[in-house]
Amino acid sequence: MKALLIRDLMLAIRAGGGFGLGLAFFLIVTVLVPFGVGPQTELLSRIAPGILWIGALLACLLSLDRILALDWEDGSLDLLATAPLPMEGIVSIKALAHWITTGLPLVLAAPVLGVLLSLPVPAYQWVVISLAVGTPALSVIGTFGAALTVGLKRGGLLMSLLVLPLYVPTLIFGAEVARRGAEGLTVQTPLLLLAGISFGVIALLPFASAAVLRINLR
Amino acid sequence: MSLWEYANPVKFIRTTDKVLPWIWALTGICLLTGLVWGFFFTPDDFRQGSTVKIIYIHVPSALMAINAWLMMLVASLVWIVRRHHVSALAARAAAPVGAVMTMIALATGAFWGQPMWGTWWAWDPRLTSFLILFLFYLGYMALWEAIENDDTAADLTSILCLVGSVFAILSRYAVNFWNQGLHQGATLSLDKEENISDVFWFPLLVCIAGFVLLFIALVFLRTQTEIRARRTRALLAREGQA
Repeated sequence: MKALLIRDLMLAIRAGGGFGLGLAFFLIVTVLVPFGVGPQTELLSRIAPGILWIGALLACLLSLDRILALDWEDGSLDLLATAPLPMEGIVSIKALAHWITTGLPLVLAAPVLGVLLSLPVPAYQWVVISLAVGTPALSVIGTFGAALTVGLKRGGLLMSLLVLPLYVPTLIFGAEVARRGAEGLTVQTPLLLLAGISFGVIALLPFASAAVLRINLR
Repeated sequence: MSLWEYANPVKFIRTTDKVLPWIWALTGICLLTGLVWGFFFTPDDFRQGSTVKIIYIHVPSALMAINAWLMMLVASLVWIVRRHHVSALAARAAAPVGAVMTMIALATGAFWGQPMWGTWWAWDPRLTSFLILFLFYLGYMALWEAIENDDTAADLTSILCLVGSVFAILSRYAVNFWNQGLHQGATLSLDKEENISDVFWFPLLVCIAGFVLLFIALVFLRTQTEIRARRTRALLAREGQA
């Protein structure tokens, strides 16, 4: 499993696009928002937590089809399937690799971009914490979507359609944590719910992803 | 005599052929009486005026939108556990009907909301979760269309239906948390004191029965069509080989 993780990370770094793509997209979205809504600081700081969350979500979505598509095309997914590793383990590792290459950089970049959006000071820690807690859920749910559409030629659009409604609860609670943090309210309830969703999907969804992947490899 | 006999497509078609005319007739009767009664023979509400009559379409379609998904969930489970093709096809057949019901509920809700709340749309928990439900229907149908192999498609969509159900429920409670609503609470419960007045209740009940029957009839018909289409394809494939 460790070997697979290292291999995926190496591929993501060396093939380019892994780290860069999601991060660049995140940057572009957050930089474009002030052009769209105007430069008033009050407005920006009010919507900043939400924008950061939406940017992170879209950046995550953008890089989903890289999780499995490349391995599917060159046949290494078939090899992995016949390896002594359980399929659940494979999809979990894939999700973890996706989180390390996409989710983690987003978490680290969020405070920097927060400056651009004049994020209120108390919100910084909560944006980072909520993203850190929530992005693993995005990766795991995204892996499920990628596994569903892996066999399709033009699965990208379909995958977005399938994954976006699944992202709704995570987005709601994540953005709520960030918003309450920005307004100085107590964040405990949404944060716990967000963590609950994260742990829940990490624990259960790999089974669904693995089942789906097995069907697709049949 | 067990329910599983109808897993046989021939038996299913034969039986539904026999029942369908009756269901259609009952549907027609229920919808006609319910709607005519509701539209022309009930008083206007003292506060909402005649807009209250939207209820005769809005409530039944919203009810069926949710129940259609439930039916798909059950059919998907049956497909996963017992692998009866009729069940998978019934789930497929129900999806567009459910999607249309969701759309009708959203549209009539907007027409009702405009005069009553002064807005076509509000990010109210019920409205939002219906919109999400609609997205789920779209994704489900798109996945069916996208995959060529029938059995693979049935497997994948049924798992999507299971996972989607969990997330649909999660979203329902998440949006509750996120925004307080404009939409009224339930007033049709059987066990509550504060319910809708009987004058509106009885025609509504007839309408709901009509919509349920309409749903059953459409799903039977569409399932038959799916079975026949698949049979035709199999025949064509065999001809091609010969």
